[in-house]
Amino acid sequence: MIQGIGASNGISIARVRRYEKPEITVVEDHNIDIENQIDRFEKSMERSIDDLEGIRKRMLESANQETADIFEAHIEILKDQELVSGVRNKIRDEAVNADYAFQSILDTYITMFENMDNDYFRERAADMKDLGQRVVMHLQGIEMEPLSNIQEEVVLVAKDLTPSDTAQLDRKMIKGFVTDVGGRTSHSAIMARSLEIPAVVGTKNAFALLQDGDMVILDGTEGVVLVNPGEHVVEEYQEKILALGEEKHYFKTFRDKKSMTMDGRHVELGANIGGVEDVDSALANGAECIGLFRTEFLYMESKVHPSEEVQYEAYRRVLEKMGDKPVVVRTLDIGGDKELDYLKMEHELNPFLGNRALRLCLNTPELFRTQLRALLKASRWGNLHIMLPMVATIDELREVKGLLEEIEKELLEEDASLGIGYKLGIMVEIPATAILADVFAKEVDFFSIGTNDLIQYTFAADRMNEKVAYLYQPYNPSLLRLIKMVADAAHKEGKWVGMCGEMAGEVQALPLLMGLGLDEFSMSAPSILRIRALLSKVRMEDAAQLAEAALGMENQEQVGTMIKQYMDKLEDSNG
Amino acid sequence: MVRESVVITNETGLHARPASEFIKLANKMSGAVSIVKEGVKVNAKSMLALLSLGICKGTEIEICVDGGDESEALGILTDYIRNLAE
Repeated sequence: MIQGIGASNGISIARVRRYEKPEITVVEDHNIDIENQIDRFEKSMERSIDDLEGIRKRMLESANQETADIFEAHIEILKDQELVSGVRNKIRDEAVNADYAFQSILDTYITMFENMDNDYFRERAADMKDLGQRVVMHLQGIEMEPLSNIQEEVVLVAKDLTPSDTAQLDRKMIKGFVTDVGGRTSHSAIMARSLEIPAVVGTKNAFALLQDGDMVILDGTEGVVLVNPGEHVVEEYQEKILALGEEKHYFKTFRDKKSMTMDGRHVELGANIGGVEDVDSALANGAECIGLFRTEFLYMESKVHPSEEVQYEAYRRVLEKMGDKPVVVRTLDIGGDKELDYLKMEHELNPFLGNRALRLCLNTPELFRTQLRALLKASRWGNLHIMLPMVATIDELREVKGLLEEIEKELLEEDASLGIGYKLGIMVEIPATAILADVFAKEVDFFSIGTNDLIQYTFAADRMNEKVAYLYQPYNPSLLRLIKMVADAAHKEGKWVGMCGEMAGEVQALPLLMGLGLDEFSMSAPSILRIRALLSKVRMEDAAQLAEAALGMENQEQVGTMIKQYMDKLEDSNG
Repeated sequence: MVRESVVITNETGLHARPASEFIKLANKMSGAVSIVKEGVKVNAKSMLALLSLGICKGTEIEICVDGGDESEALGILTDYIRNLAE
C-alpha cells in the first residue's frame, strides 16, 4: 500500500500508466544564424500561446473560471515585452541559440521570484517553469504524446504534474492520478477537484514503486493506493464504487426538494462557506441558505488588513449570488487557534479564554468598524444576516448595536440613497449566554449554536488536547439541556434558532436536534443532501420523544444507545 | 518626456491584480512608459520587470512617459495608482 495525501475524493480501479517528461537539456551554441534563431524563437512562442489559448478555452468549458485564469496568467507572461525583447537581444548580442537565450532569461526571473518571501511570487515562479518547458519543447521540436491521446482507462502516475498536464486529462480515460510531490492546495490538486478526478498526491515514491500495467485501487478520499490487490479486495472496492454511485444518485433526487420531515415540519438546511468560491457548490448541493459565512478567511488569506472595498466586494458577491436566500455572515472570529500576521496579538496563557472573536473586535474598534461598514454597505445586494461570535454578556451585544446604529447614520450621511437592511443575531457558544438566552432573545433576530466551542466551554476541556478528548461530548444531557433552553427562549420571542457546528451535519444527531426544536442547520455543502434525505424519514412525534427521554438521561452513553436503536429501526422500516 | 512621483498607498502594492491592471493600462499608451524606484528604471509595460521591483505599500516611485500623448497618459497612470483601493 502506498500512502499519500488525498487530494480529490473518489475511488478508481485501473491499470497504471507512468508519465514521464523527456529530460530537456539546453546547451549553449554559438555556431548559429541569428535571424534564423530569432525566427525559431518567435514561432515557438506563437505555438505556445496557441496551445495555452486552447487549454484556457477548454478549462472554461470543463472546469471553472479559477482554473482558466491560471492559463490566462501563463499567456500574459509569454507576451511580456521584457521577456520577449530580452531573449531577442540576447540572441543578437551574444550570437547564441534561441533555446539557451530563452532559458537563461527565464531562469533569472524564476530565481528572483523564488527568492522573494511571498506566496504570490513563488506561484509565478512555478508558472514560469511550467510554461518554460512548453516553449523549449516547441523550440527543440520535441513532440510528446499528449495526455489527451490516452485511449484506455488508466491511473496516471507521475513525479509531478504541472497545471498544463492536469488540464489535458480526459476524465473518461484518466480514472485518477498519483504524484510523488504536492499537497492539497497545489495547483494540480485544485484542478483534480474541479475536474472531479480522484487523486492522491505527495506519495514521495509512487513513481519509483509502480510499473506500467500494475493494477491499482486509488482511494482519493483516504489518500491511499493499493497495488495489485487480491480478487476479493477488488470486488470489495467495486461494491464500494457502486454504492457510492447509487447513494450519490439517490441523494441527488433531494436536491430541489424542500427540507421536510415525514409529517411536514420544514427546517432550513444551509451551507458553511469561506468565500464566494464556495457558493456554487453550496447551491449545487441544494443549500437553502448560507448558515455560516466565515469571514476570517478574508483576513487570513491576506498579508494585510483587508480594506473596506475588498470586504464589500466579497460580501456583495456572495449576497448577490444567493439572491433572496438568507446569508448569515459571522463577523471576524480570530484569536484562539487562529492568528493574523498583521494584527499584533499578545501571547496569552489561555487563548481560548482570552482576547478572541468579538472581544478582540471590540478591543480593536478600527478593525471592527471596517468590517461593519463593508457589511452594511453590501446589505442592499441580498438578504444579510449579521452574526456575532462569542457573545458573553448583553452589554457586549448592546455595544455592537450602538456601533451599528452609528455606522448606519454615518453611511447614510455619505450617501442618502444607500439602502441598508439586515438582521442581527448572535452565536451561542458560551454557557453564560445559553443560560441567559431569554434575555438575549428579546434583543436579537436569531440565535445560532456553535457546538464545537459550546462543548469545550461547557466541559472545560480543550478540544485540541488528546488526553481530554473523551470530554468532547455532544450527546451529554448537560449540553442537550443547554440547547433546549436556547431553543425555548428563542421560540418564546418568535425568533429562530440554528446550529452551525460540526454536530449540525451529523446524521445521528438530526432526529434529536429536531426534537429539541432547532429551525436551521448549517453544514459543509456535501452533507446537505444526506441530511435532507434522512429528514424526510423522521417523524416529529418520534423526534420529540427522543429529545424528552435524552434530557432526562445521565450520560452520553445512554443517549448514544437510544439514538442507535432509533436509527436502526428507521433503517429497517425503510428497507 | 514627462514624469511625476507618487507614493503607493494601497495595501497590496503593485502586485497581483493592481499590477496586472496597471500593465494593461500602460500598454494602451502609445509612448514609452517606465517606472523608477530607488534609481532603478524599468519598462512599465512589462509585468515581469514591474514585479521585479517589488513595489509595496509606502514606496515612492516615479512614473515617466515618453512620446505620444505623454501628459494625458501620465495623468491617467498616476490617477490609477492614487485611486488603488485594495
